[in-house]
Amino acid sequence: MIHDVNLWPLIGVAVIIAGFILRFNPMLVVIITAIVTAFAAGFPVDKMLATIGTGFIKTRNLPLIILLPLAVIGLLERHGLRQHAQDWISRIKSATAGRLLLIYLGARQLTAAIGLTSLGGHPQMVRPLLAPMVEGTAEVRYGKLPEHIRHKLRAYCAATDNVGLFFGEDLFVAFGAIVLMTTFLHEAGIDVEPLRVAVWGIPTAICAFVIHAWRLNRLDKMLARELEQLEPTNLTVGAASAAAKGV
Amino acid sequence: MILSIQHLYYLVGAILVITAGMTLADASHPKRYSSALFWGLYALVFLIGERLPPIWVGVGVVVMALIAGFGGVGAGHHRARSAAQYLASAKRLGNRLFMPALAIPLVTVIGTLSAKYLSVGGLPLIDPKNTTLVSLGIGCVISFGLACWLTQESPVQGIRESRRLTDALGWALVLPQMLGMLGLVFSDAGVGKAVAFATTSYINMDIRFVAVAVYVIGMALFTVVMGNGFAAFPVMTGGVGVPILFGVYHGDPAVMAAIGMMSGYCGTLLTPMAANFNIVPAALLELPDKNAVIRAQVPTALTLLLANVFLLNFLMFR
Repeated sequence: MIHDVNLWPLIGVAVIIAGFILRFNPMLVVIITAIVTAFAAGFPVDKMLATIGTGFIKTRNLPLIILLPLAVIGLLERHGLRQHAQDWISRIKSATAGRLLLIYLGARQLTAAIGLTSLGGHPQMVRPLLAPMVEGTAEVRYGKLPEHIRHKLRAYCAATDNVGLFFGEDLFVAFGAIVLMTTFLHEAGIDVEPLRVAVWGIPTAICAFVIHAWRLNRLDKMLARELEQLEPTNLTVGAASAAAKGV
Repeated sequence: MILSIQHLYYLVGAILVITAGMTLADASHPKRYSSALFWGLYALVFLIGERLPPIWVGVGVVVMALIAGFGGVGAGHHRARSAAQYLASAKRLGNRLFMPALAIPLVTVIGTLSAKYLSVGGLPLIDPKNTTLVSLGIGCVISFGLACWLTQESPVQGIRESRRLTDALGWALVLPQMLGMLGLVFSDAGVGKAVAFATTSYINMDIRFVAVAVYVIGMALFTVVMGNGFAAFPVMTGGVGVPILFGVYHGDPAVMAAIGMMSGYCGTLLTPMAANFNIVPAALLELPDKNAVIRAQVPTALTLLLANVFLLNFLMFR
């Protein structure tokens, strides 16, 4: 049994969970957690600030993928990219929100599995193209969407991109995670082929596809149920006038 | 090498300096000075961050967090075009509008795949350590030129549009980096060891299925806390995977690693700590509920996690 483990830093975990549950501003939650954790580990103030500073510099690559495409996406939106994406998809009569997302899920998973992870992504694919198209297909079918449905569809677009990426990229042998896993096991005295790790990811990847595909199918049913109820007046009026005409 | 990630930092720094300048010059901005200070400090991190003493950077990060945390980062006024103008543009440009949007991922993929072969005078054109990100940068620059040419807009208008979207994202843009920083503080402070100790010392692992479930669910929970499956993997695999699943029950380590990491990704779907995947898209898609993307993922993640417990139990001990 290990006895020299300092359990005080766990306070940091408690702080961040409490902060997110109580819905305090995430920026404040994070900085307070960082400070509390550093104090709990016995860091003096200068070391605490230096750890925060070094950590922030080391993670500078994270916002690049979001920030760099913004100018292009903004310009294209100014010139009607979203409208055109909706117009374009509306010509495909068999398209539904769920089916479109299903195709995207499959394509995202397969391209990620052969290493093409950057073919998707939230700033460069979901906001300018996928979300407008999914909203467009629903609008063609059901007319103007209520805000909560529109938001739900957008959340599903982002979620589908994530599921496709996560459970696709791990099947790619040269992906960082596979390297990390085999290196870690090697240091623990176990040697496994990277390809074997990649192959054994396939059952989970298939489950991820099936589970999410089933939920996308339910999304279509939910849309049909909720949105067809919105216009029962039109339908009954239509039926009544048809009955009055004796059709 | 000729193009490195450092060049992208300068590019992003320059965009942020202009954003800060435009904010400062925007007299109608409700939080003009605090927002400009926020973006200005952030720009400095990219322009001269590696040359500053880490303590100063730490002070800057705390100041940024306080500005954002107390509501000091706001959006300026951006004039939207009329619906008719959008439609007229969309009609005029048609499918050509897709070209610059698709050029970004296309150039990124081409750059990533061909980076090995691109060299000038023996020097690699693209930094071999960051091929994807540098290719993304090149893709964005090429695509920006294409978009300006296509829409007949000036690059200044492009920067204005970039600022419009940056304003819409607000501090959420900085959150992934804040959480990345927190992850490093956690590992420096030994949080990983403490969590592994706490999860492994109070559960009876004499039943094989329980040990499997602890490993799978522990990976997910730890990822929820750290926001990153890569941080959880060494801790759970070192604490439970190698000593118990492999050491005691002689399971197949390749299956253990593969399904273990994927269980970590189930955790990624559930946590605001994975800001780049969950919180930023909510802001980017202008969703009022910051947790809307997580909500859409919870059923998929939990069902898959349950499936993973059984998959690992049956596949690891074939």
